[in-house]
Amino acid sequence: MQRWDTRQKNLLVILARDVASKIATPMFVVDAEGTLVFFNEAAEPVLGQTFADAGEMKADEWSMVWKPCDLDHRPIALRELPLGVALFERRPAHREFILVGTDGVERHVAATALPLLAHQDELVGAVALFWDRSSEADS
Amino acid sequence: MHAKVWGCRGSLAAPGPETVHYGGNTSCVELRLQDESVVILDAGTGIRALGLKLAEEPPPRIDILLTHLHLDHLEGLGFFTPLWERKSELHIWGPASPLKSLEDRIATYLSPPLFPVHLSDVPSRPTFHDVPEEEWMVGSAAVVAQPVSHPGPTVGYRLDDDGNVFVYMPDHEPALGVDLQTVSPDWISGYGVAFGADVLLHDGQYTEEEYAMKVGWGHSSTEHVVTFAKIAKVRRLVMFHHDPLHTDADLEVILARARELWGENGGEIGLAHEGMEIDLP
Repeated sequence: MQRWDTRQKNLLVILARDVASKIATPMFVVDAEGTLVFFNEAAEPVLGQTFADAGEMKADEWSMVWKPCDLDHRPIALRELPLGVALFERRPAHREFILVGTDGVERHVAATALPLLAHQDELVGAVALFWDRSSEADS
Repeated sequence: MHAKVWGCRGSLAAPGPETVHYGGNTSCVELRLQDESVVILDAGTGIRALGLKLAEEPPPRIDILLTHLHLDHLEGLGFFTPLWERKSELHIWGPASPLKSLEDRIATYLSPPLFPVHLSDVPSRPTFHDVPEEEWMVGSAAVVAQPVSHPGPTVGYRLDDDGNVFVYMPDHEPALGVDLQTVSPDWISGYGVAFGADVLLHDGQYTEEEYAMKVGWGHSSTEHVVTFAKIAKVRRLVMFHHDPLHTDADLEVILARARELWGENGGEIGLAHEGMEIDLP
């Protein structure tokens, strides 16, 4: 039987966006396919643009657009980013890395990602909380 | 498809002279599908009287679809006559929790000290089904269960019986965290399951003033349910899960407000009441 066409985001993703929209910590929300469906106002200065301007993005797009690289400036593939680990390995992950905002500014961030599992075997998305450590790293 | 409301009160049964018209029994709706299958939506106190009626002419199979396990949707199950008939074929569907099966969760209630008999000792030995993610068939109806915004695992049901679509979401707070007037519909809880329904039975527990004090409790205000139904392009909205504090007179005021908000929408709007019957088409 065909999968029901839900016409809507998964409820957990809807609720995750609600949390993101209410907290002052930068937060990213992706769906089960890895598509970026939301980042909050607190994430905007780190990423150098608003979500309204960025819009939804496929994983292979958002994983490139902010040019993530390790602290030695070597590029990081999607699967090695905390959100990639959460999505593909279904486990939490934490990492510090460098990204370049759409405003052209390089920032040192710490990110922690968690998979969103509606049930033990049902991944519906993932979230990442991150932190701009640039000022700490410089000092 | 034929539907009959056996209970439409929310939270707690509220019998008495002030609730005679809309009724005091908690959530329970009987559906008769095109192929004569019997489907019951929720097992609130309204299911007791339904069970007595079904016992007069026992159907070969009964499917009970539970939206969630809050007591006002479950407390009648132990008093449902077919449950105690060894020959009954009962199938009970509902949401699992992330870690426990539906059967384990129901047994928490249907066991001592909350209930005298343990679920495993019930003569009919019902078959329990965690609702699947995919569409499935119950009798002649294609059924979809989709998680909706309400505390704890909760689903809304969509039954499509030969093109007639009946949707049941008795406990639902679609406005939690979003502005229904401006958000894209794909970000609204329940939108997918309700879209284009011929009939939608939906939570309308609070007035707008009451909702302001109860955000996050899992229910809808009059404005929210009407807005939700309009966005979902529902043909007929039946407001359900009446607050136990609302008398018949209070509910008439709520209905007037709902009609004002509904406007010239081209569809029907009303309040569920015990004994209400709906035929589709």
